[in-house]
Amino acid sequence: MIYLQLFITFFKIGLFTFGGGYAMISLIQNEVVVKHQWIDASTFTDIIAISQMTPGPIGINSATYVGYSVTDSVWGALVATVAVCLPSFIIILLIAYLYKQFKRNKWFEAALKGIRPVVLGLIASAAILLVTADNFIDWKSWVIFGVAFAATQWGKVNPILVIILAGFVGFLIY
Amino acid sequence: MNVYLEIFTTFSKIGAFTIGGGYAMLPIIQREVVEKKGWLSKEDFLDVLAISQSAPGVFVINISIFIGERLKGFKGSVVAAFASAFPSFVIILLIAMFFSAFKDNETVNSIFTGMRPAVVALIAVPLIAMSKSVNLNKYTSLIPFATVLLIVLLGISPIYIIISGAILGLFYFYLVKR
Repeated sequence: MIYLQLFITFFKIGLFTFGGGYAMISLIQNEVVVKHQWIDASTFTDIIAISQMTPGPIGINSATYVGYSVTDSVWGALVATVAVCLPSFIIILLIAYLYKQFKRNKWFEAALKGIRPVVLGLIASAAILLVTADNFIDWKSWVIFGVAFAATQWGKVNPILVIILAGFVGFLIY
Repeated sequence: MNVYLEIFTTFSKIGAFTIGGGYAMLPIIQREVVEKKGWLSKEDFLDVLAISQSAPGVFVINISIFIGERLKGFKGSVVAAFASAFPSFVIILLIAMFFSAFKDNETVNSIFTGMRPAVVALIAVPLIAMSKSVNLNKYTSLIPFATVLLIVLLGISPIYIIISGAILGLFYFYLVKR
């Protein structure tokens, strides 16, 4: 049952993503590209590119996109999107009720301290796993990678602009 | 105006104008929720941010649920989360429907061939700033490397590594800090 699988997969992704959108990329990649093979690595990269250029968080965007393309129906998109939000509902509502106690809970802080370095590794893995022959077809791909990295890291260029310019360069040279 | 309608319009505006995700939308949320609507004080907003950030899930959805709950309880949280996801849901759905038709178009293909390496670079960029803010020492700096090895070479699910990280953090706290 594909809808149930979609629901479980995106529920898991929503439940175990700590540290924001880029950390989520690693989980989505593992579930959707590696385990279920619903989409390939370059389609996944395209979804990230589209997510960056369109409004909304990357977690919602990929859930909607993957849900739709796996089932070819709006219902698939809806199931995946609701599933990725559902754990947040349960957890945030619980926290909201226990707000004051939770704010300075030492055990919770301690667990988070252990998770933070893992998140670094997750993001690095997401980037490494996207270095595939489909995403880097020749040396020009590596030049685009280098310039994009430098422009965002040191040039402080807006990431959306970087993607649009890279697309324009692709249009000119490929 | 009806409070639910107000929650809906405010959060769908936040959802619609957040491009790039993550922290890009914080100034927008702050302007709408703290300055324009006065739903939260500045200090409350910081607390909401800290908690939404440390809870799992999508950051902006967490914030929406939290603020919606404060305003109108459970119903408020549903309206806020729905509203902030709604614009991206519609836009991505339209793109997913039409992108498969354009995918084999040669122009679209060369544009995406150019974009893909840039996307990988954008994922790698936050690593530098983050590695400074996490405050690694010589032991904890092994954790990111071990994570990469486990995921990239052994194909282990990130979920297990996250759980192990949490257990390690608790264990350390129990042994050393108590």
